Amino acid sequence: MELLEFARGPALTFAITVFIAGVVFRIVSLFLLWRTSDSSAGSARERPVIVAAIREIIRRLWPQSAYKQRTMFMLINGYVFHIGLAIIVFFLLPHIVFIKDLVGLSWPSLPNNVIYAVSIITLVSLIAALVMRMSNPAQRIISTFDDWFSWLVTFLPVITGVIATSHLGARYETLLGLHILSVALLLVYLPFGKLMHWFLVFVTRSQTGAHLSHRGAQL
Amino acid sequence: MNDKKTLGEMLTERGVSRRTFLKYASYTASIMALPPTAATAIAQGIANARRQSVIWLSFQECTGCTESITRAHTPSIEDLIFDFISLDYHHTLQNASGHAAEEARMQAMQENAGKYIVVVDGSVPLKDDGVYSTIAGITNLQMLEETVKDAYAVIAVGSCATFGGIPGANPNPTGAVPITDIVTDKPVINISGCPPIPEAMTGTISYLLSFGSIPELDHLNRPKAFFGEAIHDRCYRRPFYERGMFAKSFDDEGARQGWCLFEVGCKGPVTYNACATLKWNGGTSFPIQSGHGCLGCSEPGFWDLGGFYKPLSTAKGDPLKWAGGAAVAGAAVGAASAIMARSKRNRILKEGK
Repeated sequence: MELLEFARGPALTFAITVFIAGVVFRIVSLFLLWRTSDSSAGSARERPVIVAAIREIIRRLWPQSAYKQRTMFMLINGYVFHIGLAIIVFFLLPHIVFIKDLVGLSWPSLPNNVIYAVSIITLVSLIAALVMRMSNPAQRIISTFDDWFSWLVTFLPVITGVIATSHLGARYETLLGLHILSVALLLVYLPFGKLMHWFLVFVTRSQTGAHLSHRGAQL
Repeated sequence: MNDKKTLGEMLTERGVSRRTFLKYASYTASIMALPPTAATAIAQGIANARRQSVIWLSFQECTGCTESITRAHTPSIEDLIFDFISLDYHHTLQNASGHAAEEARMQAMQENAGKYIVVVDGSVPLKDDGVYSTIAGITNLQMLEETVKDAYAVIAVGSCATFGGIPGANPNPTGAVPITDIVTDKPVINISGCPPIPEAMTGTISYLLSFGSIPELDHLNRPKAFFGEAIHDRCYRRPFYERGMFAKSFDDEGARQGWCLFEVGCKGPVTYNACATLKWNGGTSFPIQSGHGCLGCSEPGFWDLGGFYKPLSTAKGDPLKWAGGAAVAGAAVGAASAIMARSKRNRILKEGK
């Protein structure tokens, strides 16, 4: 019980504080950086910045035909665990209740068994992502600590959540405490690594789209 | 009463039929999840036992535990339990008062040295030399130490005696501690709850009498027979939890339909007690059945778990208390780092010229 109390209390407060400070820091520091004015004449094919940005966001939702075969599995797997994570985080009642308590918003939940099934699919998908990273030599070589650790802090809340829900190995309060601590770890690390794509994914894609459009890349 | 007789002989004299007695033994065996053969062992054990001397000490408590034990529901269980044991000292139930009461305690301790059981309800204040609760001119701590010295075993009943309870809740002005903090050289059985289920108390005492040993305990010294399973795992509303059907308030349609009370703060998933199986008041009902979530009263520190009506999955306290400061600090550091990067760039550009 002490572990659960620590997790629900000081650990979560600390994690949320670091998370907010870190995310604001990353966003402010990024947007206040200088942008070199590009005085080169744009390509004839250059589109308005907004259009280029939106086109790039949409374009990257699906693999290009040239890479289709090589990237299809990774892309589908990516969708599986991203959607799986979203369903788990936003549609399990204890999670909705947590968010409601925090910010006052709430919405209907899905039955536990549905979430349970989604969690298992997500776990398999996350493990597949790890196996792919480890088995592909090129990918393994370019992988940094950030890649491995980001995977770990994403995987831990899911696995501890599933174990807690199924009451495996220890008492529920201990498992729930470990689950909340794993979420705290995720929140603390999130702003400082690649997981910041939670907030920046469309920002970076917009920037790339605008840049490529200026150069006249035919996409 | 002649204490030389066995309990069996005494019960026969009092007109308690063998059938009634065996029913009680079977009931006790079943609620403690003992094998069916244990019923005979309990019957024989109790029949051949002498009356057990029990000294009941009440410290910082509300007498709820005594109220609870006197409502043990099996027919005549109350008579039986008071026949099985010789309750030599108990503020609420004894006739004697003042010096006579204290003498009864001393006498029981002398006559049954090494054999008597001490039951304690209430926590013990330690702050300021324990002045916040005294009985017969001595502090609770002195009385406890003096009484348990020659005891066979100690049973702490109620959440105050087992975990500090409400007197020990934040900010704990009297420095209240549970019995296990003080009694370290004797077996202490904890029967927590606010109050504990009467059968958990009488069942444990019956077990001690029948087998002459202490029942299997969990990591908090509680008999596993009564505290082995979470309320949530035995709750009749559990299927609604699995289906995602939750009462949103105490008077909505879900509440009327008997849906799960998790969202209105039920602590059933982390509370270990027999409420959902034994129930209360003669098996009539238990808090969740009557429409209120479990408070978690048999768990340590239940008073300070962050609010009875806050769902278990919410953060304790206000996790956003530093959110504003964090955002400002993050923005300030972010702006500073951007400014530094800009000035560094400008310096390089200038030097480049």
